[in-house]
Amino acid sequence: MTADALIAPRRSTIDTVISLSGAELAFGDRILWRGLDLELGRGEFVAVLGPNGSGKTSFLRVLLGQQRLNAGTLLIEGRPPRRGSALLGYIPQHRAMAPQTPLRGRDLIRLGLDGHRWGPGTRRTRPRVAELLAAVGATDYADVPLALLSGGELQRLRVAQALATDPAILLCDEPLLSLDLHHQKVVTELIDARRRSHDTTVVFVTHEINPILEKVDRVLYLAGGRFRFGAPEAVMTSETLSDLYGSPIDVVQINGRLVVVGAPGSVGHDGEPAP
Amino acid sequence: MTSDIWQQIFNYDNYGELLSLVQNSLIAGAVLGLVGGVIGTFVMMRDLAFAVHGIAELSFAGASAALLIGVNVAAGSLAGSVLAAVIIGALGVRARDRNSVIGVLMPFGLGLGVLFLALYKGRAANKFGLLTGQIVAVDTVQMSWLVGTSAVVLLGLAAVWRPLMFASLDPEVAAARGVPVRALSSVFMVLLGLSVAVAIQVVGALLVLALLVTPAAAAMRVTASPARVILLSVLFAVTSVVGGIMLALGSSIPISPYVTTISFTLYLGCRGIGGSRATRRVLPAPGS
Repeated sequence: MTADALIAPRRSTIDTVISLSGAELAFGDRILWRGLDLELGRGEFVAVLGPNGSGKTSFLRVLLGQQRLNAGTLLIEGRPPRRGSALLGYIPQHRAMAPQTPLRGRDLIRLGLDGHRWGPGTRRTRPRVAELLAAVGATDYADVPLALLSGGELQRLRVAQALATDPAILLCDEPLLSLDLHHQKVVTELIDARRRSHDTTVVFVTHEINPILEKVDRVLYLAGGRFRFGAPEAVMTSETLSDLYGSPIDVVQINGRLVVVGAPGSVGHDGEPAP
Repeated sequence: MTSDIWQQIFNYDNYGELLSLVQNSLIAGAVLGLVGGVIGTFVMMRDLAFAVHGIAELSFAGASAALLIGVNVAAGSLAGSVLAAVIIGALGVRARDRNSVIGVLMPFGLGLGVLFLALYKGRAANKFGLLTGQIVAVDTVQMSWLVGTSAVVLLGLAAVWRPLMFASLDPEVAAARGVPVRALSSVFMVLLGLSVAVAIQVVGALLVLALLVTPAAAAMRVTASPARVILLSVLFAVTSVVGGIMLALGSSIPISPYVTTISFTLYLGCRGIGGSRATRRVLPAPGS
């Protein structure tokens, strides 16, 4: 290690995992966001919020290397994004499996481990799959056909699948959608436990901040081509969101839950998730 | 009267002699069963049963065109099915688009096939065989063509096995993991086209589904282990083709009703066994 590296402040160099500067994403004339400057640190839990079509999922696609920025730069661990990077784990939203899917829980996790490799594969993945099953408490139903599992059970497997490569960053695309409250809590706790034990950075796209509110360090709120980034107490206020949307918005607290009232194009925003 | 019909369906005079004549066909049937059983699993996972039917009709058009102009029928059916597979793969990325593309292509292919056959002045058995299958005394040239194509399909599937499984289960997560989902889909459609083209040679265009869909669908009813699904699906497909050829041997009836009846019976059996599977699962304790 050189002297420079020892003197340099850790937070701004080694501990920055994702850094965006002057980032812009547009589809034709429609600008999703521009001038985005962010530095996400190791072990940070960041919620990405905003109405439909504000570019939340596109934000993840940019991080995954599937979508190029129109302007600005993105560095992940100091390098440009790369498709299929083992640094990234991806947890999708819940979708039901086709009734006769010929795979079980352990097969789903295994695909996260070696599903991107060519050829039919070997049995050498078994110990690691068992480890991952245990990590999310899914050992009991490892051999049950995927089609027979509940949404909550499947999402636990998908967390394990995303952890297969031991990623430094977890990208979550509405992973709690259509789960019951109990399983929203279980999945949130799993993701948060991983962040604490391995200092994994979590980027969590959601339309509903309440289930994760107490875990979140910072919020990226996207709306109408603009954004706000900061601690939840600073972003989730009537003043900030009114300014962002350019129209009056009320953020009220009811029994410890944040409810956003009046956001355009976001019916049911921060209400209960769709069934 | 009834016994006459029975005699037509099952006739085993001189069975031993006949059997030695169709030895090549039996080997061809076994190879075909292997291909159908393996690729059928992916056909089911990717919800492509209707596409198989559509590809078969265009393959039939290609084969009848070849028959009419006097070139190799196998080459004609291969050209037709690969073309159809590529078109369906390119135009129908989403399931809804795909089904309408197939629905449009299929009658057109069938119409072309009927036109070419109407113009064809040769032996009638040649015509009928393309649709409903036949036990031709498979000669060495056909045999090497069939085995060669099957080998390409099986080696191709083995090469893309894991990413194809990943992309078929969950394209979004597979793409995030770096799997080239779209390219794989094209590769799979070409392999499917090749499989349909070889299947048509034995069971005919109308009944390709009995080999490329039914065995895998049956296997998926009784197990969810990927290895066991493949194994059972291959076993069912080989049993259907080889069994069908052996039963059809003595009669003047095409092979397809025998093949389809065996594969359908296997499917019914698997449904019966698998019916209770959903309730067999032991539920974990509440809160776990």
